[in-house]
Amino acid sequence: MRRVVITGAGTINALGASVPATLEAMREGRCGIGPLEIRDIDRLTVQIGAQIRDYDESAHFNRQQIALYDRFTQFALLSAAEAVGQSGLVFEGELAARAGVIMGTSGGGLNTQDENYRVVYEEGKNRVHPFVVPKLMNNAAASHVSMQWNLQGPSFTVATACASSNHAMGQAFAMIRSGLADAMVTGGSEAMLCFGGVKAWEGLRVMSRDGCRPFSATRNGMVQGEGAGMFVFEEYEHAAARGAEILAEVIGFAMTSDAVDIVMPSKKGAARAISGALADARIDREAVGYINAHGTGTAANDKTECAAVADAFGKHANDLMISSTKSMHGHLIGGTGAVELLACIMALRDGVVAPTIGYEEPDPECALDVVPNEAREARVEVALSNAFAFGGLNAVLALRAAP
Amino acid sequence: MADDVKDKVIRIIAEQAMLDPADISMTQSLEEIGIDSLGLVESIFAIEEEFDIQVPFNANEPAKSEFDISSVASIVGAVEGLVAAQKA
Repeated sequence: MRRVVITGAGTINALGASVPATLEAMREGRCGIGPLEIRDIDRLTVQIGAQIRDYDESAHFNRQQIALYDRFTQFALLSAAEAVGQSGLVFEGELAARAGVIMGTSGGGLNTQDENYRVVYEEGKNRVHPFVVPKLMNNAAASHVSMQWNLQGPSFTVATACASSNHAMGQAFAMIRSGLADAMVTGGSEAMLCFGGVKAWEGLRVMSRDGCRPFSATRNGMVQGEGAGMFVFEEYEHAAARGAEILAEVIGFAMTSDAVDIVMPSKKGAARAISGALADARIDREAVGYINAHGTGTAANDKTECAAVADAFGKHANDLMISSTKSMHGHLIGGTGAVELLACIMALRDGVVAPTIGYEEPDPECALDVVPNEAREARVEVALSNAFAFGGLNAVLALRAAP
Repeated sequence: MADDVKDKVIRIIAEQAMLDPADISMTQSLEEIGIDSLGLVESIFAIEEEFDIQVPFNANEPAKSEFDISSVASIVGAVEGLVAAQKA
């Protein structure tokens, strides 16, 4: 079977505008969550988020581009540029035809929707900008990435709420492994920090007003973030033949559906996804040293996830590390798995496990090694990235250190 | 005013549980009535809309909430308190 490796990574999120900046923040356990700066913030009860600060779109894009690029597209393009640049790939000829882009997003161009609903409903205008549709559509980011890098193969966008990125990257992995493509640009992007995006989440009453403290007994909900993570997945022989630097190998993927409840997570569905990824990777569960948790910081997710890990790993659950980096970069919803994959790469490549910050007090229902508050040096052979979405759709990726 | 609040809260809970208001007893918990966590959040939303109040409730820490949801009676009491506080 063809093997799949990662030869490029890029990101912009509240922790930094590049992979090195983000990994440094994760190593230092820095928190990207703070007061939100968005329009009509006074009408929100949740006023914090992991927002990308000091972001000036005009520093990266010209007027014509901004007319077409929603914030989530901008984040995707910036991240893709870093990833493709690192990979050193040039997409021409046969390679261009056998390369595509698969992205995850949940809200798509939500800022564009929010702004234009305001224009027609609140301001009563009867005319909107001609590019509202191509700007807001969920596949806009994937399409612009494909145009920017001449990716002419299979390209589409996946929306499975908080698991979107993992589902997307799982598809990219499967396509290369099966021979449908030789290289894929893949990951996810989200820009939901606008009035409507936060207000909708507020309604569900699962948001924290003061911080994201996954696995801690004092946790009281999730905190939204924004940004993107993009990667270049490449067929191993292709990468090896050109002497590319390999960041990590993708060795397994599994997805399951709880088929139970639209918001409450299920231990069984999550455990099946974890075990499925291990089976797909053909490895013993004892090989796993680190799990980047879904770890949203809600009461329900964290205890269910820990129970699922205990189920899937048996005794080994006590010997592995599991951390939630959402404590630092917030919950990027459809983009979250992509940014979180960076923590897996850091563990495998650099031997540094990102911490769960904000950890205050043990919760007996989350009694695993959650790497509280401080990063840890450790040799990790295999890492998993969990994503368990609303709607009960689960997706778990397994990565191994570069061959 | 008190009975008014009580009747309205019971009507909201009954509607959520798809029961007749007459079948709701003040001593019952929402769980006994068959209202799950989603139903609870929806009921609180309906209460906020009905009385134009803000109910302090976080689904992550229902026990810590100042809004006591342990029974129909406690909910009615809490809503009466919020309505009175708003008028004050």
